[in-house]
Amino acid sequence: MISIQSHDFSLGDEYAAIRSRAGDAGAIVTFIGLVREIYGDECTAGAVQSLTLEHYPGMTEKCLKDIQQKAESRWPLLATRIIHRVGELHSHDQIVLVATASPHRQAAFESAEFIMDYLKSEAPFWKKQKSENESSWIESRDTDKAALDRWQKP
Amino acid sequence: MLSIQYFASIREALDRKEEKLELPADVNSVQALIDYLLSANPHFEAVFNEGNKTLVAVNQTVVDRNHPLSENDEVAFFPPMTGG
Repeated sequence: MISIQSHDFSLGDEYAAIRSRAGDAGAIVTFIGLVREIYGDECTAGAVQSLTLEHYPGMTEKCLKDIQQKAESRWPLLATRIIHRVGELHSHDQIVLVATASPHRQAAFESAEFIMDYLKSEAPFWKKQKSENESSWIESRDTDKAALDRWQKP
Repeated sequence: MLSIQYFASIREALDRKEEKLELPADVNSVQALIDYLLSANPHFEAVFNEGNKTLVAVNQTVVDRNHPLSENDEVAFFPPMTGG
């Protein structure tokens, strides 16, 4: 199940929902990404006041479904949940939730990480940060690409 | 009618969000479309030059610049993604 939304989400509600959908799961992993005060490695502009997430409606949903299907074909998953927020967010806000349910923990851990790594580099979201004096688009990072590449090893 | 959308830093640099184009007969690939856009808008050069990381999607799938184009395709130009 996939949602792109501007409003916040509740981990408790999402956990209850995936738990009831997951049948005989032995493991549920949930990951939440938050807005940090400082983005990027070379940010000198001071504390970030807000972060605006832009996306490509239509393609975003398609990419997230593709990523979800890739995970489901690689691990024995009983249920998955992806929520990604868009629009203006602030420090400490929740941005993204990934939850995976599987009979065993290893598949749940690995698939959640796999979905996050794909989502960071392959789904059409872009972050713009605004600090007191300026606003700038956040650049993609090579470490995110490297995180993705490791899943492509045989 | 071809539709083109621009996102994030590309949208701001070009100061346009979307446009619709009647595709000239010789514009049959992404690269040909880029050349066509550059001939009409020389100031687009910074976005489309070789060193630039601008990505292109055709019908919502990322493709390379040799990808063929047809009349009713949906094309989008954007920078590398930074989600999550």
